[in-house]
Amino acid sequence: MTSDSNAPPNGGPMIAVADLVKHYGQVEAVRGVSLGVERGEVVVLIGPSGCGKSTILRCIHLLEEPTSGMIRVGSEQLTFGRGGRSLKGRRLAEYRSRIGMVFQQFELFPHMTVLQNVMEGPVTVKRMDRRAAADLGRALLAKVGLSGKEDSYPNQLSGGQAQRVAIARALVMEPEVMLFDEVTSALDPELVGEVLAVMRQLAEDGTTMIVVTHEISFAHDIADHVLFMDGGQVAEHGPAAEVLVHPTNPRTRAFLSRFHGTAAAVRVAG
Amino acid sequence: MHYHWDLSMVLADPSRWWSAVGVTLLYSFATVAVGIVIGAVCGLALLSRRRWVTLPLEAYVEVFRCTPLLVQIVWFYYALPILLNFSLPAWLAAGLGLTLYMGAFCTEIFRAGVISIGRGQWQAGRALGMTQIQLMRRIVLPQAVRRMVPPLVNQSITQLKNTALLYVVAVPDLMYTGSIVTAETYRPLEVYTSVAAMYFIMLYPMTLLAKRLEVRVDQ
Repeated sequence: MTSDSNAPPNGGPMIAVADLVKHYGQVEAVRGVSLGVERGEVVVLIGPSGCGKSTILRCIHLLEEPTSGMIRVGSEQLTFGRGGRSLKGRRLAEYRSRIGMVFQQFELFPHMTVLQNVMEGPVTVKRMDRRAAADLGRALLAKVGLSGKEDSYPNQLSGGQAQRVAIARALVMEPEVMLFDEVTSALDPELVGEVLAVMRQLAEDGTTMIVVTHEISFAHDIADHVLFMDGGQVAEHGPAAEVLVHPTNPRTRAFLSRFHGTAAAVRVAG
Repeated sequence: MHYHWDLSMVLADPSRWWSAVGVTLLYSFATVAVGIVIGAVCGLALLSRRRWVTLPLEAYVEVFRCTPLLVQIVWFYYALPILLNFSLPAWLAAGLGLTLYMGAFCTEIFRAGVISIGRGQWQAGRALGMTQIQLMRRIVLPQAVRRMVPPLVNQSITQLKNTALLYVVAVPDLMYTGSIVTAETYRPLEVYTSVAAMYFIMLYPMTLLAKRLEVRVDQ
C-alpha cells in the first residue's frame, strides 16, 4: 500500500501519498499517512468522525495545503513543508482539473441549470466548444440516470439527483481520479441507493477512486482496499474482505461493531 | 385656520423647478454610478489578504460611514481647498462628498455580497480547476450580484434624498431652489410641501422596484 516517494512516474501507483501531515493550528488532523492507489483501483477510507479521512482527500486535491509530506498524482509529484514544492495560480488550477471531487453537500451552482453545471468545467476551464460540451454533458447526465433534467435548476432536484449531477460535473472533466467525500451523508436514507448505484457503476468501469464513506456494506462491495483511520493515522489496511470482515486491530473491531447490522449483513453476503 | 393655500406664486416659473429636478436627478445618477464603481473596486480589493491593501480601504470606509454626510460636503467645500491651495467649484466639492460617501457604503455592500457566498461554492469551483478570476467571474459574482441588488437600490434611494444636503453649498437642486423660492414668495408651506411631493414622486416608484427585487431574490 505504501509507496516509495522516489517511485518512477510510470511504474508506481496512480496516486501516492507519503508521510502526509496536516495541522490546523494546534490540531493534528492527519499525522503521517501513506497510501497508494493503482490505476482503476477503488480505495475506501473509513473511520470515526474527525479521524482525518476527509482531510486526506482535501489535501490530495490541494483544497488544503498539507503541512508536510509528499503527494503524487500521475506524473506530478509535490512535496510540502520545509523545502517543499507546492503549486500556485494556473498550475494549481491545472492540477485540480485532473482530479474530480464530489462533496457531501453537493455544491451545485444554484444560478445554472443542471446542464450548465455539467458544462461549466469543460467550457470555462478546458475552453471546450459549447456545443461539444453540451453533448458531453448530456451523455454524462444520461450515464447517471438524469436524462430529461438538463434544464432544471438545482433547487428543483432531490438530494440524490443533485448528488448525481455533482458526480457528472466532476466526471465530465475526465479526471485521472475521483474523490468522494461522504457523498451520501447528507441524503435521506431512501435516496442513498441511487447515488451508490452510480458509484458502483463507475467502479466497475474501472474508474480510479478514493471514497470516504460510512456505508460499510457498500465499502465491502466496491473497495479493492480499505483503510481504517483513527486519530489521524492509518490503524489498519488491507483488502476489503480482511479489514471489514476479519479486522485484527481492536479499534477497527470496536468501530465496525457500531455498524453491527451492516457488518452482519456483510458476513452473510460474504 | 384661515390659511389661504396658493400654489400659483410658487409654481409661477415651472422651468426653474424642472431645472431643479434635473440637478437633483443628475447628482443622484452620477454619484450613484461612480459610487457603485468605487464600491466594486474597493469591495473586491478588501477581499485581499494583503494588509497594505485592505488597511487604507477599511480606513476610507469607516471615515465616511462614521461622519455625517453634511460634515463631509462642507469639509470638501470649505476645508479641502485650504489643503490643496485652490478652491473647488461648489458642484465638484459637493459631488465629491456625495460620491465618496456612496462609494463607502457600496464597498461594504460588495464585500458583504461576495463573502455571503458559502465556502462550498468556492471549493466546488476550485475543484473543477478554475483560476481565481474564473471562479469570481463564473461562480461567485453572478450569485453575489443578485444578493447585492436590493441593498444597492436601497442605498440609491437614500442617496437621492441625501442630495438635498447640496443646499448648504448653494448647488441649485430641488431643496436649494425651494429655499430661494420661499425667500421670494414668503410661502414656505406651499413651497416645502411641493418640494417634498417632488421627492416623493421620484422615489416612490423606486421603493416599489426595490420591493419587487427583494421578492425575486427570495425565490
